[in-house]
Amino acid sequence: MKSHPSTKVRAKEVGIELALALCSSVSILTTGGIIAVLLLESFRFFEEVSPSQLLFDTQWTPLFLDKHFGIWPLIAGTLLTSAIALSLSVPAGLIIAIYVSEFATERTRRFLKPILELLAGIPTIVYGYFALLFITPALQFVFPSIGSFNALSAGIAMGIMILPMMASLSEDAIYTVPRSLREGAYALGASKLQMIIGAVLPAAIGGITAAVILSAARAIGETMIVAIAAGQQPLLHFNPLAPVETMTAYIVQVSLGDTPHGTLEYHTLFVVAMMLFLLTMGLNMISLAIRERFKRMYR
Amino acid sequence: MKSSVAHKEIEAPSPTSETKTKTEEDARVDVATKKIKINVQNVELFYGTFKALHGINIAIPAREVTAFIGPSGCGKSTLLRSINRMNDLIDGVSLTGSITIDDQDIYAQGVDLIELRKRVGMVFQKSNPFPKSIYDNVAYGPRIHGIKDKDVLDDIVHKSLMRADLWREVQDRLHTSALDLSGGQQQRLCIARALAVNPEVLLMDEPASALDPRSTSKIEDLIGELRHDYTIVIVTHNMQQAARVSDSTAFFYEGSLVEVGRTKELFTKPREKQTEDYITGRFG
Ligand SMILES: Nc1ncnc2c1ncn2[C@@H]1O[C@H](COP(=O)(O)OP(=O)(O)O)[C@@H](O)[C@H]1O
Ligand SMILES: [Mg+2]
Repeated sequence: MKSHPSTKVRAKEVGIELALALCSSVSILTTGGIIAVLLLESFRFFEEVSPSQLLFDTQWTPLFLDKHFGIWPLIAGTLLTSAIALSLSVPAGLIIAIYVSEFATERTRRFLKPILELLAGIPTIVYGYFALLFITPALQFVFPSIGSFNALSAGIAMGIMILPMMASLSEDAIYTVPRSLREGAYALGASKLQMIIGAVLPAAIGGITAAVILSAARAIGETMIVAIAAGQQPLLHFNPLAPVETMTAYIVQVSLGDTPHGTLEYHTLFVVAMMLFLLTMGLNMISLAIRERFKRMYR
Repeated sequence: MKSSVAHKEIEAPSPTSETKTKTEEDARVDVATKKIKINVQNVELFYGTFKALHGINIAIPAREVTAFIGPSGCGKSTLLRSINRMNDLIDGVSLTGSITIDDQDIYAQGVDLIELRKRVGMVFQKSNPFPKSIYDNVAYGPRIHGIKDKDVLDDIVHKSLMRADLWREVQDRLHTSALDLSGGQQQRLCIARALAVNPEVLLMDEPASALDPRSTSKIEDLIGELRHDYTIVIVTHNMQQAARVSDSTAFFYEGSLVEVGRTKELFTKPREKQTEDYITGRFG
Protein backbone atom coordinates (compact mmCIF):
# COMPACT_ATOMS: atom_id res chain seq x y z
CA MET A 1 0.00 0.00 0.00
CA LYS A 2 2.69 2.41 1.07
CA SER A 3 5.54 1.26 -1.10
CA HIS A 4 3.50 1.33 -4.28
CA PRO A 5 3.17 5.13 -4.67
CA SER A 6 6.75 5.70 -3.53
CA THR A 7 8.14 3.43 -6.24
CA LYS A 8 5.96 5.31 -8.66
CA VAL A 9 7.43 8.60 -7.46
CA ARG A 10 10.89 7.13 -7.64
CA ALA A 11 10.31 5.95 -11.20
CA LYS A 12 9.06 9.39 -12.11
CA GLU A 13 12.16 11.00 -10.68
CA VAL A 14 14.43 8.67 -12.57
CA GLY A 15 12.47 9.44 -15.70
CA ILE A 16 12.87 13.18 -15.20
CA GLU A 17 16.57 12.83 -14.50
CA LEU A 18 16.97 10.79 -17.64
CA ALA A 19 15.10 13.33 -19.72
CA LEU A 20 17.24 16.14 -18.35
CA ALA A 21 20.44 14.21 -19.02
CA LEU A 22 19.23 13.56 -22.54
CA CYS A 23 18.54 17.24 -23.11
CA SER A 24 21.95 18.34 -21.92
CA SER A 25 23.64 15.62 -23.92
CA VAL A 26 21.99 17.01 -27.05
CA SER A 27 24.16 20.13 -26.87
CA ILE A 28 27.30 18.10 -26.20
CA LEU A 29 26.50 15.69 -29.03
CA THR A 30 25.80 18.58 -31.40
CA THR A 31 29.11 20.23 -30.62
CA GLY A 32 30.88 16.90 -30.97
CA GLY A 33 29.10 16.24 -34.25
CA ILE A 34 30.03 19.64 -35.66
CA ILE A 35 33.67 19.16 -34.74
CA ALA A 36 33.67 15.66 -36.24
CA VAL A 37 32.18 16.81 -39.55
CA LEU A 38 34.52 19.81 -39.74
CA LEU A 39 37.57 17.65 -39.01
CA LEU A 40 36.55 14.95 -41.47
CA GLU A 41 35.83 17.27 -44.36
CA SER A 42 38.86 19.45 -43.66
CA PHE A 43 40.95 16.33 -43.72
CA ARG A 44 39.69 15.61 -47.23
CA PHE A 45 40.71 19.14 -48.20
CA PHE A 46 44.21 18.72 -46.81
CA GLU A 47 44.59 15.54 -48.87
CA GLU A 48 44.73 17.80 -51.91
CA VAL A 49 46.03 21.12 -50.60
CA SER A 50 48.92 21.45 -48.18
CA PRO A 51 48.35 23.37 -44.95
CA SER A 52 51.28 25.61 -45.85
CA GLN A 53 49.41 26.89 -48.89
CA LEU A 54 46.46 27.74 -46.67
CA LEU A 55 48.67 29.71 -44.32
CA PHE A 56 51.24 31.26 -46.65
CA ASP A 57 49.46 32.02 -49.90
CA THR A 58 48.00 35.53 -50.11
CA GLN A 59 45.22 34.81 -52.58
CA TRP A 60 41.92 33.05 -52.12
CA THR A 61 40.53 31.93 -55.48
CA PRO A 62 39.16 28.41 -55.07
CA LEU A 63 36.30 29.09 -57.46
CA PHE A 64 38.54 30.19 -60.34
CA LEU A 65 40.57 28.16 -62.74
CA ASP A 66 43.84 29.40 -61.26
CA LYS A 67 43.14 28.15 -57.78
CA HIS A 68 44.81 29.65 -54.71
CA PHE A 69 43.98 28.69 -51.16
CA GLY A 70 45.48 31.41 -48.98
CA ILE A 71 43.05 32.03 -46.10
CA TRP A 72 44.39 35.49 -45.22
CA PRO A 73 42.13 37.58 -47.47
CA LEU A 74 39.10 36.06 -45.72
CA ILE A 75 40.63 36.55 -42.29
CA ALA A 76 41.57 40.12 -43.17
CA GLY A 77 38.01 40.81 -44.33
CA THR A 78 36.62 39.33 -41.14
CA LEU A 79 39.00 41.25 -38.91
CA LEU A 80 38.44 44.52 -40.74
CA THR A 81 34.65 44.47 -40.52
CA SER A 82 34.81 43.22 -36.92
CA ALA A 83 37.29 45.91 -35.91
CA ILE A 84 35.05 48.61 -37.38
CA ALA A 85 32.05 47.14 -35.57
CA LEU A 86 33.88 46.92 -32.24
CA SER A 87 35.39 50.38 -32.45
CA LEU A 88 31.82 51.60 -32.61
CA SER A 89 30.02 49.26 -30.23
CA VAL A 90 32.61 49.03 -27.44
CA PRO A 91 32.92 52.74 -26.57
CA ALA A 92 29.26 53.44 -27.24
CA GLY A 93 28.13 50.37 -25.31
CA LEU A 94 30.33 51.29 -22.38
CA ILE A 95 29.07 54.85 -22.30
CA ILE A 96 25.47 53.66 -22.43
CA ALA A 97 26.16 51.17 -19.63
CA ILE A 98 27.77 53.81 -17.43
CA TYR A 99 25.01 56.27 -18.17
CA VAL A 100 22.22 53.81 -17.48
CA SER A 101 23.71 52.46 -14.26
CA GLU A 102 25.20 55.61 -12.75
CA PHE A 103 23.41 58.65 -14.12
CA ALA A 104 20.02 57.83 -15.56
CA THR A 105 16.91 58.35 -13.48
CA GLU A 106 14.55 55.44 -13.07
CA ARG A 107 12.34 56.97 -15.78
CA THR A 108 15.08 57.28 -18.39
CA ARG A 109 16.21 53.77 -17.58
CA ARG A 110 12.70 52.43 -18.15
CA PHE A 111 12.67 54.23 -21.49
CA LEU A 112 16.17 53.23 -22.65
CA LYS A 113 16.14 49.53 -21.81
CA PRO A 114 13.29 48.54 -24.14
CA ILE A 115 14.89 50.47 -26.99
CA LEU A 116 18.08 48.49 -26.55
CA GLU A 117 16.14 45.25 -26.38
CA LEU A 118 14.30 46.24 -29.54
CA LEU A 119 17.61 46.80 -31.34
CA ALA A 120 18.78 43.40 -30.16
CA GLY A 121 15.67 41.75 -31.57
CA ILE A 122 15.98 43.02 -35.15
CA PRO A 123 16.86 40.21 -37.59
CA THR A 124 20.36 40.68 -38.95
CA ILE A 125 19.15 40.57 -42.55
CA VAL A 126 17.35 43.84 -41.84
CA TYR A 127 20.64 45.33 -40.66
CA GLY A 128 22.21 44.02 -43.87
CA TYR A 129 19.80 45.87 -46.09
CA PHE A 130 19.95 48.90 -43.81
CA ALA A 131 23.70 48.96 -44.45
CA LEU A 132 23.36 48.48 -48.19
CA LEU A 133 20.45 50.84 -48.81
CA PHE A 134 20.96 53.49 -46.17
CA ILE A 135 24.43 53.55 -44.60
CA THR A 136 26.37 53.14 -47.84
CA PRO A 137 24.48 55.91 -49.70
CA ALA A 138 24.92 58.13 -46.64
CA LEU A 139 28.64 57.39 -46.58
CA GLN A 140 28.87 58.30 -50.26
CA PHE A 141 28.30 61.92 -49.27
CA VAL A 142 31.42 61.84 -47.14
CA PHE A 143 33.54 59.45 -49.20
CA PRO A 144 32.52 59.77 -52.87
CA SER A 145 34.99 57.03 -53.81
CA ILE A 146 33.34 54.41 -51.61
CA GLY A 147 32.14 51.27 -53.37
CA SER A 148 28.54 50.14 -53.20
CA PHE A 149 29.88 47.16 -51.31
CA ASN A 150 32.37 48.08 -48.62
CA ALA A 151 33.70 47.04 -45.24
CA LEU A 152 32.85 50.31 -43.51
CA SER A 153 29.10 50.24 -43.98
CA ALA A 154 28.83 46.57 -43.01
CA GLY A 155 31.03 47.24 -39.99
CA ILE A 156 28.87 50.14 -38.86
CA ALA A 157 25.68 48.11 -39.18
CA MET A 158 27.29 45.28 -37.28
CA GLY A 159 28.38 47.71 -34.59
CA ILE A 160 24.80 48.87 -34.12
CA MET A 161 23.67 45.26 -34.00
CA ILE A 162 26.21 44.37 -31.27
CA LEU A 163 25.63 47.54 -29.26
CA PRO A 164 22.75 46.23 -27.11
CA MET A 165 24.70 43.14 -26.09
CA MET A 166 27.80 45.12 -25.26
CA ALA A 167 25.80 47.67 -23.28
CA SER A 168 23.78 45.13 -21.37
CA LEU A 169 26.74 42.88 -20.45
CA SER A 170 28.79 45.90 -19.36
CA GLU A 171 25.90 47.19 -17.32
CA ASP A 172 25.66 43.85 -15.54
CA ALA A 173 29.36 44.07 -14.76
CA ILE A 174 29.07 47.63 -13.46
CA TYR A 175 25.96 46.80 -11.46
CA THR A 176 27.75 44.07 -9.50
CA VAL A 177 30.46 46.44 -8.25
CA PRO A 178 29.87 46.52 -4.51
CA ARG A 179 28.47 49.64 -2.92
CA SER A 180 31.35 49.62 -0.45
CA LEU A 181 33.86 50.43 -3.22
CA ARG A 182 31.80 53.40 -4.36
CA GLU A 183 31.54 54.66 -0.80
CA GLY A 184 35.28 54.15 -0.34
CA ALA A 185 35.97 56.46 -3.25
CA TYR A 186 33.42 59.06 -2.18
CA ALA A 187 34.82 59.02 1.36
CA LEU A 188 38.18 60.11 -0.06
CA GLY A 189 36.56 63.11 -1.67
CA ALA A 190 36.10 61.71 -5.16
CA SER A 191 33.64 63.33 -7.54
CA LYS A 192 31.16 61.05 -9.26
CA LEU A 193 33.26 60.80 -12.40
CA GLN A 194 36.42 60.11 -10.39
CA MET A 195 34.54 57.48 -8.45
CA ILE A 196 33.45 55.78 -11.68
CA ILE A 197 36.89 55.91 -13.26
CA GLY A 198 38.86 55.07 -10.15
CA ALA A 199 36.67 52.53 -8.42
CA VAL A 200 33.81 51.24 -10.55
CA LEU A 201 35.54 50.60 -13.86
CA PRO A 202 38.62 48.84 -12.41
CA ALA A 203 36.29 46.61 -10.41
CA ALA A 204 34.11 45.87 -13.43
CA ILE A 205 36.98 45.39 -15.84
CA GLY A 206 36.65 41.61 -15.82
CA GLY A 207 33.03 41.66 -16.90
CA ILE A 208 33.67 44.45 -19.37
CA THR A 209 36.53 42.53 -20.98
CA ALA A 210 34.32 39.48 -21.24
CA ALA A 211 31.66 41.65 -22.89
CA VAL A 212 34.19 42.93 -25.42
CA ILE A 213 35.34 39.43 -26.27
CA LEU A 214 31.81 38.11 -26.65
CA SER A 215 31.06 41.08 -28.89
CA ALA A 216 34.12 40.22 -30.95
CA ALA A 217 32.98 36.62 -31.27
CA ARG A 218 29.57 37.85 -32.34
CA ALA A 219 31.10 40.16 -34.95
CA ILE A 220 33.38 37.49 -36.34
CA GLY A 221 30.53 35.02 -36.63
CA GLU A 222 28.02 37.49 -38.08
CA THR A 223 26.95 36.43 -41.54
CA MET A 224 23.98 38.18 -43.09
CA ILE A 225 25.15 41.77 -42.77
CA VAL A 226 28.56 41.18 -44.30
CA ALA A 227 27.21 38.86 -46.98
CA ILE A 228 24.81 41.57 -48.09
CA ALA A 229 26.76 44.78 -47.61
CA ALA A 230 30.51 44.04 -47.57
CA GLY A 231 30.85 42.35 -50.94
CA GLN A 232 32.26 39.03 -52.12
CA GLN A 233 35.75 39.91 -53.19
CA PRO A 234 38.41 38.14 -51.17
CA LEU A 235 41.15 40.74 -51.46
CA LEU A 236 43.97 41.16 -48.99
CA HIS A 237 43.77 44.80 -47.85
CA PHE A 238 42.66 46.93 -44.93
CA ASN A 239 40.84 49.67 -46.78
CA PRO A 240 37.43 50.17 -45.16
CA LEU A 241 36.07 51.90 -48.25
CA ALA A 242 36.70 48.90 -50.51
CA PRO A 243 34.78 45.63 -50.70
CA VAL A 244 35.98 42.63 -48.72
CA GLU A 245 34.82 39.09 -48.20
CA THR A 246 34.60 37.63 -44.72
CA MET A 247 34.86 33.96 -43.84
CA THR A 248 31.14 33.79 -43.18
CA ALA A 249 30.29 35.58 -46.42
CA TYR A 250 32.41 33.10 -48.34
CA ILE A 251 30.52 30.21 -46.78
CA VAL A 252 27.23 31.80 -47.83
CA GLN A 253 28.54 32.40 -51.33
CA VAL A 254 29.58 28.78 -51.84
CA SER A 255 26.52 27.34 -50.14
CA LEU A 256 24.19 29.33 -52.38
CA GLY A 257 26.12 28.48 -55.51
CA ASP A 258 25.96 25.19 -57.35
CA THR A 259 29.22 23.73 -56.13
CA PRO A 260 28.99 19.97 -56.57
CA HIS A 261 29.12 17.82 -53.48
CA GLY A 262 32.51 16.26 -52.72
CA THR A 263 34.62 18.56 -54.87
CA LEU A 264 37.62 20.51 -53.64
CA GLU A 265 35.60 23.74 -53.71
CA TYR A 266 33.02 22.06 -51.55
CA HIS A 267 35.66 21.03 -49.04
CA THR A 268 36.97 24.60 -48.71
CA LEU A 269 33.67 25.36 -46.97
CA PHE A 270 34.64 23.16 -44.09
CA VAL A 271 38.17 24.45 -43.82
CA VAL A 272 36.89 28.00 -43.57
CA ALA A 273 34.19 26.92 -41.13
CA MET A 274 36.84 25.16 -39.09
CA MET A 275 38.95 28.31 -38.86
CA LEU A 276 35.87 30.29 -37.90
CA PHE A 277 34.93 27.74 -35.29
CA LEU A 278 38.42 27.80 -33.77
CA LEU A 279 38.45 31.58 -33.70
CA THR A 280 35.10 32.04 -31.99
CA MET A 281 35.60 29.11 -29.64
CA GLY A 282 38.97 30.52 -28.63
CA LEU A 283 37.41 33.88 -27.90
CA ASN A 284 34.62 32.34 -25.88
CA MET A 285 37.08 30.38 -23.82
CA ILE A 286 39.20 33.45 -23.13
CA SER A 287 36.09 35.31 -22.07
CA LEU A 288 35.10 32.47 -19.74
CA ALA A 289 38.58 32.32 -18.21
CA ILE A 290 38.63 36.06 -17.61
CA ARG A 291 35.23 35.96 -15.96
CA GLU A 292 36.28 33.10 -13.71
CA ARG A 293 39.46 34.88 -12.71
CA PHE A 294 37.68 38.05 -11.75
CA LYS A 295 34.88 36.19 -10.00
CA ARG A 296 37.46 34.67 -7.68
CA MET A 297 38.93 38.10 -7.06
CA TYR A 298 35.72 39.55 -5.67
CA ARG A 299 34.23 36.50 -3.97
CA MET B 1 10.83 40.12 26.92
CA LYS B 2 14.30 41.53 27.08
CA SER B 3 13.53 44.43 24.84
CA SER B 4 10.31 45.29 26.60
CA VAL B 5 12.21 45.69 29.85
CA ALA B 6 14.69 47.92 28.16
CA HIS B 7 11.91 49.88 26.61
CA LYS B 8 10.30 50.57 29.96
CA GLU B 9 13.52 51.98 31.24
CA ILE B 10 13.65 54.37 28.37
CA GLU B 11 10.13 55.59 28.82
CA ALA B 12 10.94 56.40 32.41
CA PRO B 13 14.10 58.45 32.20
CA SER B 14 15.33 58.95 35.72
CA PRO B 15 18.14 61.43 35.81
CA THR B 16 18.04 62.69 39.35
CA SER B 17 18.92 66.28 39.97
CA GLU B 18 22.24 65.05 41.33
CA THR B 19 23.30 63.37 38.10
CA LYS B 20 22.18 66.35 36.10
CA THR B 21 24.58 68.63 37.93
CA LYS B 22 27.34 66.13 37.33
CA THR B 23 26.67 66.17 33.60
CA GLU B 24 26.89 69.89 33.46
CA GLU B 25 30.04 69.89 35.52
CA ASP B 26 31.64 67.33 33.22
CA ALA B 27 30.70 69.26 30.16
CA ARG B 28 32.22 72.38 31.61
CA VAL B 29 35.46 70.58 32.37
CA ASP B 30 35.59 69.22 28.83
CA VAL B 31 34.98 72.57 27.25
CA ALA B 32 37.46 74.27 29.49
CA THR B 33 40.30 71.86 28.88
CA LYS B 34 39.63 70.52 25.41
CA LYS B 35 39.06 72.20 22.09
CA ILE B 36 35.83 71.00 20.49
CA LYS B 37 36.37 69.71 16.96
CA ILE B 38 32.94 68.45 16.02
CA ASN B 39 29.77 69.82 17.49
CA VAL B 40 26.52 68.00 16.86
CA GLN B 41 23.46 70.02 17.79
CA ASN B 42 19.86 68.82 17.81
CA VAL B 43 20.43 66.42 14.96
CA GLU B 44 17.42 64.47 13.80
CA LEU B 45 17.76 62.16 10.84
CA PHE B 46 15.05 60.45 8.83
CA TYR B 47 15.36 57.56 6.40
CA GLY B 48 12.18 58.43 4.51
CA THR B 49 9.65 58.54 7.29
CA PHE B 50 11.69 56.45 9.74
CA LYS B 51 13.33 58.59 12.39
CA ALA B 52 16.76 57.13 13.03
CA LEU B 53 18.27 59.90 15.18
CA HIS B 54 16.35 61.75 17.89
CA GLY B 55 17.75 65.17 18.75
CA ILE B 56 21.40 64.26 19.20
CA ASN B 57 23.68 66.72 21.00
CA ILE B 58 27.30 65.83 21.40
CA ALA B 59 30.57 67.73 21.40
CA ILE B 60 33.57 65.79 20.19
CA PRO B 61 36.96 67.02 21.43
CA ALA B 62 39.87 67.54 19.08
CA ARG B 63 42.78 65.09 19.01
CA GLU B 64 41.08 62.47 21.09
CA VAL B 65 39.33 59.20 20.50
CA THR B 66 35.59 59.22 20.98
CA ALA B 67 33.77 55.88 20.93
CA PHE B 68 30.13 55.38 19.96
CA ILE B 69 28.65 52.33 21.63
CA GLY B 70 25.19 50.86 21.82
CA PRO B 71 23.16 47.91 20.64
CA SER B 72 22.92 47.16 16.94
CA GLY B 73 20.52 49.45 15.09
CA CYS B 74 20.69 52.28 17.62
CA GLY B 75 22.02 54.76 15.06
CA LYS B 76 25.79 54.76 15.65
CA SER B 77 26.68 54.35 11.99
CA THR B 78 23.99 56.78 10.96
CA LEU B 79 25.42 59.52 13.16
CA LEU B 80 28.98 58.71 12.10
CA ARG B 81 28.03 58.89 8.45
CA SER B 82 26.39 62.25 9.02
CA ILE B 83 29.77 63.71 9.96
CA ASN B 84 31.19 63.30 6.43
CA ARG B 85 27.76 63.53 4.81
CA MET B 86 27.96 60.00 3.51
CA ASN B 87 24.22 59.72 4.13
CA ASP B 88 23.70 62.19 1.29
CA LEU B 89 24.29 59.24 -1.03
CA ILE B 90 21.17 57.49 0.23
CA ASP B 91 17.87 58.50 -1.34
CA GLY B 92 15.26 59.91 0.98
CA VAL B 93 17.53 60.88 3.85
CA SER B 94 16.78 64.18 5.55
CA LEU B 95 18.59 65.80 8.44
CA THR B 96 17.73 68.71 10.67
CA GLY B 97 19.84 70.41 13.31
CA SER B 98 23.46 71.22 12.70
CA ILE B 99 26.88 69.65 12.73
CA THR B 100 29.89 71.92 12.85
CA ILE B 101 33.52 71.11 12.36
CA ASP B 102 35.80 73.85 13.68
CA ASP B 103 32.66 75.99 14.05
CA GLN B 104 31.81 75.67 10.38
CA ASP B 105 28.40 74.21 9.62
CA ILE B 106 28.95 71.28 7.27
CA TYR B 107 25.28 71.20 6.28
CA ALA B 108 25.21 74.88 5.36
CA GLN B 109 24.42 75.79 1.77
CA GLY B 110 27.34 75.74 -0.61
CA VAL B 111 29.53 73.44 1.46
CA ASP B 112 31.95 71.65 -0.83
CA LEU B 113 31.48 67.93 -0.17
CA ILE B 114 34.84 67.12 -1.72
CA GLU B 115 36.61 69.52 0.64
CA LEU B 116 34.62 68.16 3.57
CA ARG B 117 35.53 64.57 2.82
CA LYS B 118 39.16 65.50 2.38
CA ARG B 119 39.11 66.82 5.94
CA VAL B 120 37.05 63.95 7.31
CA GLY B 121 38.39 60.54 6.40
CA MET B 122 36.48 57.31 6.87
CA VAL B 123 37.30 53.67 7.46
CA PHE B 124 34.54 51.15 6.94
CA GLN B 125 33.45 48.03 8.74
CA LYS B 126 34.35 45.77 5.89
CA SER B 127 37.68 46.67 4.35
CA ASN B 128 37.13 47.97 0.84
CA PRO B 129 40.41 48.33 -1.03
CA PHE B 130 40.08 49.17 -4.70
CA PRO B 131 41.01 46.38 -7.12
CA LYS B 132 44.33 48.04 -7.81
CA SER B 133 47.86 47.79 -6.52
CA ILE B 134 48.73 48.67 -2.95
CA TYR B 135 50.50 51.78 -4.19
CA ASP B 136 47.59 52.91 -6.34
CA ASN B 137 45.16 52.43 -3.47
CA VAL B 138 47.10 54.80 -1.23
CA ALA B 139 47.83 57.22 -4.06
CA TYR B 140 44.18 57.33 -5.17
CA GLY B 141 43.17 60.14 -2.83
CA PRO B 142 46.15 62.43 -3.46
CA ARG B 143 45.80 61.82 -7.21
CA ILE B 144 42.15 62.81 -7.40
CA HIS B 145 43.05 65.94 -5.47
CA GLY B 146 45.52 66.88 -8.15
CA ILE B 147 48.91 65.60 -7.03
CA LYS B 148 50.75 64.23 -10.05
CA ASP B 149 54.42 64.51 -9.15
CA LYS B 150 55.80 61.01 -8.72
CA ASP B 151 58.26 61.88 -5.98
CA VAL B 152 55.56 63.60 -3.96
CA LEU B 153 53.23 60.62 -4.42
CA ASP B 154 55.99 58.17 -3.47
CA ASP B 155 56.57 60.14 -0.34
CA ILE B 156 52.88 60.27 0.60
CA VAL B 157 52.47 56.53 -0.02
CA HIS B 158 55.52 55.77 2.08
CA LYS B 159 54.49 57.98 4.98
CA SER B 160 50.88 56.82 4.96
CA LEU B 161 51.85 53.17 4.97
CA MET B 162 54.33 53.85 7.76
CA ARG B 163 51.65 55.57 9.81
CA ALA B 164 49.27 52.69 9.24
CA ASP B 165 52.00 50.32 10.38
CA LEU B 166 51.87 48.43 7.11
CA TRP B 167 55.04 49.60 5.36
CA ARG B 168 57.32 46.86 6.61
CA GLU B 169 54.94 44.16 5.43
CA VAL B 170 54.31 45.53 1.93
CA GLN B 171 57.37 47.56 0.96
CA ASP B 172 58.57 44.83 -1.40
CA ARG B 173 55.25 44.41 -3.16
CA LEU B 174 53.78 47.87 -3.48
CA HIS B 175 52.77 47.16 -7.04
CA THR B 176 50.94 43.90 -6.44
CA SER B 177 47.17 43.73 -6.02
CA ALA B 178 45.78 45.00 -2.75
CA LEU B 179 43.29 42.15 -2.86
CA ASP B 180 46.06 39.65 -2.13
CA LEU B 181 46.58 41.13 1.34
CA SER B 182 45.09 39.49 4.42
CA GLY B 183 41.93 40.95 5.96
CA GLY B 184 43.83 42.76 8.68
CA GLN B 185 46.36 44.15 6.21
CA GLN B 186 43.56 45.29 3.91
CA GLN B 187 41.98 47.21 6.76
CA ARG B 188 45.27 48.90 7.61
CA LEU B 189 45.66 49.69 3.92
CA CYS B 190 42.28 51.40 4.04
CA ILE B 191 43.50 53.41 7.01
CA ALA B 192 46.64 54.34 5.08
CA ARG B 193 44.47 55.30 2.12
CA ALA B 194 42.41 57.58 4.35
CA LEU B 195 45.52 59.13 5.93
CA ALA B 196 47.02 59.83 2.51
CA VAL B 197 44.66 62.77 1.92
CA ASN B 198 45.79 64.25 5.21
CA PRO B 199 42.48 64.47 7.04
CA GLU B 200 41.86 66.14 10.38
CA VAL B 201 39.13 63.77 11.46
CA LEU B 202 39.06 60.00 11.08
CA LEU B 203 35.71 58.22 11.29
CA MET B 204 35.90 54.49 11.87
CA ASP B 205 32.82 52.28 11.68
CA GLU B 206 33.56 49.06 13.56
CA PRO B 207 36.95 48.88 11.85
CA ALA B 208 37.95 45.65 13.54
CA SER B 209 34.68 43.78 13.76
CA ALA B 210 35.55 41.49 10.84
CA LEU B 211 39.11 40.79 11.99
CA ASP B 212 40.83 38.14 14.08
CA PRO B 213 42.10 39.08 17.57
CA ARG B 214 45.68 39.73 16.47
CA SER B 215 44.69 42.04 13.63
CA THR B 216 42.22 43.69 15.96
CA SER B 217 44.89 44.51 18.49
CA LYS B 218 47.08 45.89 15.71
CA ILE B 219 44.29 48.24 14.70
CA GLU B 220 43.78 49.24 18.31
CA ASP B 221 47.49 49.96 18.73
CA LEU B 222 47.34 52.02 15.59
CA ILE B 223 44.44 54.07 16.92
CA GLY B 224 46.49 54.66 20.05
CA GLU B 225 49.28 56.10 17.92
CA LEU B 226 47.06 58.23 15.71
CA ARG B 227 45.05 59.79 18.54
CA HIS B 228 47.51 62.61 19.10
CA ASP B 229 47.32 63.89 15.55
CA TYR B 230 43.75 63.21 14.53
CA THR B 231 40.29 63.56 15.95
CA ILE B 232 39.05 60.01 15.87
CA VAL B 233 35.48 58.81 16.19
CA ILE B 234 35.11 55.06 16.37
CA VAL B 235 31.94 53.00 16.36
CA THR B 236 32.26 49.71 18.14
CA HIS B 237 29.95 47.13 19.59
CA ASN B 238 32.84 45.77 21.60
CA MET B 239 32.85 47.49 24.97
CA GLN B 240 36.29 46.28 25.93
CA GLN B 241 37.54 47.87 22.77
CA ALA B 242 35.83 51.14 23.57
CA ALA B 243 37.35 51.03 27.04
CA ARG B 244 40.79 50.28 25.67
CA VAL B 245 41.04 52.82 22.87
CA SER B 246 38.85 55.79 23.67
CA ASP B 247 39.08 58.92 25.79
CA SER B 248 35.38 59.55 25.86
CA THR B 249 32.44 57.32 25.12
CA ALA B 250 28.90 57.99 23.97
CA PHE B 251 26.19 55.44 24.59
CA PHE B 252 23.26 55.37 22.17
CA TYR B 253 19.99 53.60 22.45
CA GLU B 254 17.22 53.48 19.83
CA GLY B 255 18.34 56.62 18.07
CA SER B 256 18.96 58.68 21.20
CA LEU B 257 22.14 59.62 22.94
CA VAL B 258 21.71 58.29 26.46
CA GLU B 259 24.97 59.33 28.01
CA VAL B 260 28.36 60.68 27.08
CA GLY B 261 31.38 61.13 29.30
CA ARG B 262 35.00 60.33 29.90
CA THR B 263 35.43 56.67 29.09
CA LYS B 264 36.81 55.72 32.46
CA GLU B 265 33.92 57.32 34.28
CA LEU B 266 31.28 56.03 31.96
CA PHE B 267 32.46 52.48 32.41
CA THR B 268 33.03 52.66 36.14
CA LYS B 269 30.30 55.06 37.26
CA PRO B 270 27.62 55.26 34.61
CA ARG B 271 25.04 57.91 35.41
CA GLU B 272 22.15 56.28 33.61
CA LYS B 273 20.60 52.95 34.44
CA GLN B 274 20.41 52.03 30.75
CA THR B 275 24.12 52.59 30.33
CA GLU B 276 24.85 50.46 33.31
CA ASP B 277 22.60 47.69 32.06
CA TYR B 278 24.29 47.77 28.68
CA ILE B 279 27.89 47.78 29.87
CA THR B 280 27.21 45.08 32.39
CA GLY B 281 25.73 43.01 29.60
CA ARG B 282 22.15 42.97 30.81
CA PHE B 283 20.85 43.79 27.35
CA GLY B 284 22.00 44.41 23.79
N1 LIG C 1 19.79 53.07 4.33
C1 LIG C 1 18.86 52.94 5.28
N2 LIG C 1 17.56 53.02 4.97
C2 LIG C 1 16.61 52.88 5.93
N3 LIG C 1 16.87 52.64 7.21
C3 LIG C 1 18.15 52.54 7.58
C4 LIG C 1 19.22 52.68 6.65
N4 LIG C 1 20.39 52.53 7.30
C5 LIG C 1 20.06 52.30 8.59
N5 LIG C 1 18.74 52.32 8.76
C6 LIG C 1 18.00 52.13 10.04
O1 LIG C 1 18.43 53.13 10.93
C7 LIG C 1 18.63 52.59 12.22
C8 LIG C 1 20.05 52.85 12.67
O2 LIG C 1 20.93 52.12 11.86
P1 LIG C 1 22.50 52.19 12.03
O3 LIG C 1 22.91 53.59 12.15
O4 LIG C 1 23.10 51.40 10.94
O5 LIG C 1 22.70 51.42 13.42
P2 LIG C 1 24.03 50.89 14.11
O6 LIG C 1 25.19 51.32 13.32
O7 LIG C 1 24.00 51.48 15.49
O8 LIG C 1 23.90 49.41 14.18
C9 LIG C 1 18.28 51.12 12.14
O9 LIG C 1 16.97 50.94 12.59
C10 LIG C 1 18.40 50.82 10.68
O10 LIG C 1 17.49 49.80 10.32
MG1 LIG D 1 26.61 50.12 12.25
